Amino acid sequence: MRAGISELAIKLRNREISAVELTKAYIDAIEKLNPTLNAYVHLTFDIALKAAEQADQMLKEGDAPPLCGIPMALKDNICTDGLPTTCCSRILTGFKPYYDATVWEKLKKQGAVLLGKTNMDEFAMGSTSETSCYGAPLNPRNTNYVTGGSSGGSAAAVCANLAVYSLGSDTGGSIRQPASFCGVVGLKPTYGAVSRYGLIAYGSSLDQIGPLTNSVKDAAIVFDAVRGGDKRDQTSVDYDYGPSLTQCLEQDVKGLRIGVAEEFFEGINPEIKSKIEEAIALLEKNGAKIEHIRLPALKLALPVYYIIACAEASSNLGRYDGIRYGYRTASYTSIEEMIVKTRSEGFGDEVKRRIMLGTYVLSSGYYDAYYKKACLIREEINREFDAVFETCDVLVAPTAPNTAFPLNYKGASPVEIYLSDICTVPVNIAGVPAISVPCGVDAKGLPIGMQIIGKKFDEATVLQVAHFYEQSAGEVIGAYEGGAGI
Amino acid sequence: MNYEIVCGIETHIELATKTKIFCGCTTEFGGEPNTHCCPVCTGQPGTLPILNQKVVEYAIKAGLALNCKINTKSHMDRKNYVYPDLPKAYQISQYDEPLCEKGYIELDSGKRIGITRIHIEEDAGKLVHENGYTYIDYNRGGVPLIEIVSEPDISSAEEAREYAEKLQLTMRYIGISDCKMQEGSMRCDVNLSLRKPGDPNFGVRTEIKNINSLSFIQKAVIAEAERQADILDAGGTVVQQTMRYDEATNSVTPMRDKENSDDYRYFPDPDILRFCIDEAKVEEIRASLPELPFAKLRRYVNDLGLPEATAKQISRYRKVAEFFEGALAEGASVKNAANLIVGTIFSNMDTEEEKELFAVRISAAQFAALVKLADEKKINIGVAQSTLQKMLESGKPVEEFIKPEDLVGISDEVLENLCREAIEANPRAVDDVRNGKDKAINVMFGYIMKKTGGKADIRKAEALLRKLIGP
Repeated sequence: MRAGISELAIKLRNREISAVELTKAYIDAIEKLNPTLNAYVHLTFDIALKAAEQADQMLKEGDAPPLCGIPMALKDNICTDGLPTTCCSRILTGFKPYYDATVWEKLKKQGAVLLGKTNMDEFAMGSTSETSCYGAPLNPRNTNYVTGGSSGGSAAAVCANLAVYSLGSDTGGSIRQPASFCGVVGLKPTYGAVSRYGLIAYGSSLDQIGPLTNSVKDAAIVFDAVRGGDKRDQTSVDYDYGPSLTQCLEQDVKGLRIGVAEEFFEGINPEIKSKIEEAIALLEKNGAKIEHIRLPALKLALPVYYIIACAEASSNLGRYDGIRYGYRTASYTSIEEMIVKTRSEGFGDEVKRRIMLGTYVLSSGYYDAYYKKACLIREEINREFDAVFETCDVLVAPTAPNTAFPLNYKGASPVEIYLSDICTVPVNIAGVPAISVPCGVDAKGLPIGMQIIGKKFDEATVLQVAHFYEQSAGEVIGAYEGGAGI
Repeated sequence: MNYEIVCGIETHIELATKTKIFCGCTTEFGGEPNTHCCPVCTGQPGTLPILNQKVVEYAIKAGLALNCKINTKSHMDRKNYVYPDLPKAYQISQYDEPLCEKGYIELDSGKRIGITRIHIEEDAGKLVHENGYTYIDYNRGGVPLIEIVSEPDISSAEEAREYAEKLQLTMRYIGISDCKMQEGSMRCDVNLSLRKPGDPNFGVRTEIKNINSLSFIQKAVIAEAERQADILDAGGTVVQQTMRYDEATNSVTPMRDKENSDDYRYFPDPDILRFCIDEAKVEEIRASLPELPFAKLRRYVNDLGLPEATAKQISRYRKVAEFFEGALAEGASVKNAANLIVGTIFSNMDTEEEKELFAVRISAAQFAALVKLADEKKINIGVAQSTLQKMLESGKPVEEFIKPEDLVGISDEVLENLCREAIEANPRAVDDVRNGKDKAINVMFGYIMKKTGGKADIRKAEALLRKLIGP
């Protein structure tokens, strides 16, 4: 079995392996596998090796933080001072921010070793990572299938052991869904638990950074390292989680009230449905109380999500005009023409589609019918979640209605792909935390994810249930053969 | 034909906070291009705004000073439009929940010009056109602004000017902006339409953008009213458009329209939390407001008995009024203090700015010490003026220029002794006075003035002499 962060931390401290050796093992694996998997779009090996040397120094001096010397990856929409940060969009070609995202600043201080920036859907808009301007990453479990998205590269890198852990971002499921497709753990924290400073915005009121890891415990360790209020992000909250969320992992589920809402199971692939039901049965067998509850507003979550996210995106993406950074069209005769050509050439189709949708729903004459109504329904969804959490400690649901799509799967329309977000978007709308943990494979051997949803700032219970399930279910999907082999 | 002017003014005022509205950059005017900038105010990807609490406080001050209602629940909106000086392609502003609403400014005539709303927002950068290229300077980007929107209550060019001037004075008084129109820290857009007297409907209006002086506001209103009147008289219709006032030709001409659309797609900025303002905080700010110039003016005239013109000159500038009131508190008389400020101190100050700054080298207490000598007639006004001038030039107190012994010479006791001396020394003149040759008393005056170096109070001396000489 693959070593987790805490096992690696012990090996590093016992000098069984140095951070430099560990980093080199990952670099070798990336060099071997990334040309196929396309999980990374920018490699930062020089910086990784330097950071590893420093980490070894920190380790030698003693009292090094938990993530010191651990090789990892960041999604390409998280700003890294002096390193490419492109959101996998042509329009940010060559963009190197001169500031760090707060999460990266925190990890750097811990002595984290950044191997590179991972592939994603352009501006995090997509569910397959195929809208990346660098081409899609491939699912390491079966390279004929997509990784899911938008944090597809982050999920693939962790799945294929090309990074011990990675950070992704989740606006409507972009951490959990690729985690589910690739058979890894993905945590979307409570909105505000992790600073968004330096995360290139897609839907600002929904975006949240979180970890993709190989185990629930690793997710807790990484979440511990990046969470906390930030004076540079007004929407962040300095919630008192106590010293470490790893402490809550050892508890069982006896007496915990687990909510199951039938709305989450409508239109779900039967193979997935039965795996989730098996998992629920396992939790019940271990003393959890199953509460059957209703979330009627859930069926409105998808349109609400696409209205709000696109509205915010249409405004957030207005700044990419070719003037200050990134791509600029080659020839133009006026500023107006430059901006129009730059944006026409720089953005891909899915981004353009969402900018147009968002522009439309905010236009005068349509605002009340779309954006305003969506905000009202959002409040109703929040009320329903609040009410449900009066009687439940967590909710259990599928992460996605399907397993990974085949590559280049066109579907009937973009809407069919949008529908695959149906189980994840309500969580973002409500701003609550949720985790996806592997709970089996389908007949094609593709991983299935189970989602555990908690109250705001109750990541502790979410992680506790996820960890208990992970430990008691045993190996639900086969180990990935390959990667760094550590 | 005669028309009635219907005019409203939108004023943008840069707030004098030390830092910008959403980041820690300086708001200082000028500076090398793009040196007062950071990732936040240049809208770099991934950065987030943090609302400067001082900006909210300053805007509340403005609202209270303009008799507005303060909305204790408010939020920021995004106003989306594309222009190179706006690095995020949206301006963070306020749309449907402005911080302040429903105030007014009272004109000298007693007429009130309504204030519709005051909201806070960020300024944009500046385009600089040079050698066929366009450069962008983002130093001004993110400087906090308040936009003050008046009701269309203004009905003449004079009222337009007075409204803007009163607004400017008030904002300076409460210390939230220097309101320098030439530097752009106060900018006015004038909306104007004409209608026939008594017509309840508004005519088609035009907007004259970015007028940068008070007198240009007055001139622009006259020019635009004439232009519209000519159109209407000729049977034409006014086109609703954005205009520019040209100072050189004193004319109003249409501006090339650079806005592609009026649909700003306002929506609440998700990066900035809705904010609640504590009622107690509003009251604290209200209590901290200084007495405003117009209240001061009324008080100076009604309670202190100052002539309107003098009261206006002193109350107009906060520092001058404070200096004046400081001197009164030290016991100086209203009349002498006011006259010495307006007559002597102001003669050293040529510009409005100098009076606004009022950088005098003596304190109000030192000034009062001088005024009191004049009040007690220990020195006459001419000496007071020349001594004050010396004090202003040197920054030294009155004792440096008028020695106690100078003052002894003119005390009542000494004056009486001098009068007796004068009588004894001039028996013939005394006889002449007794015999009705009244002018002969001048001989004694000459004696006394010579002995006191001109410092004696001549009226007092006359009274004493007549008493001593007798009928």
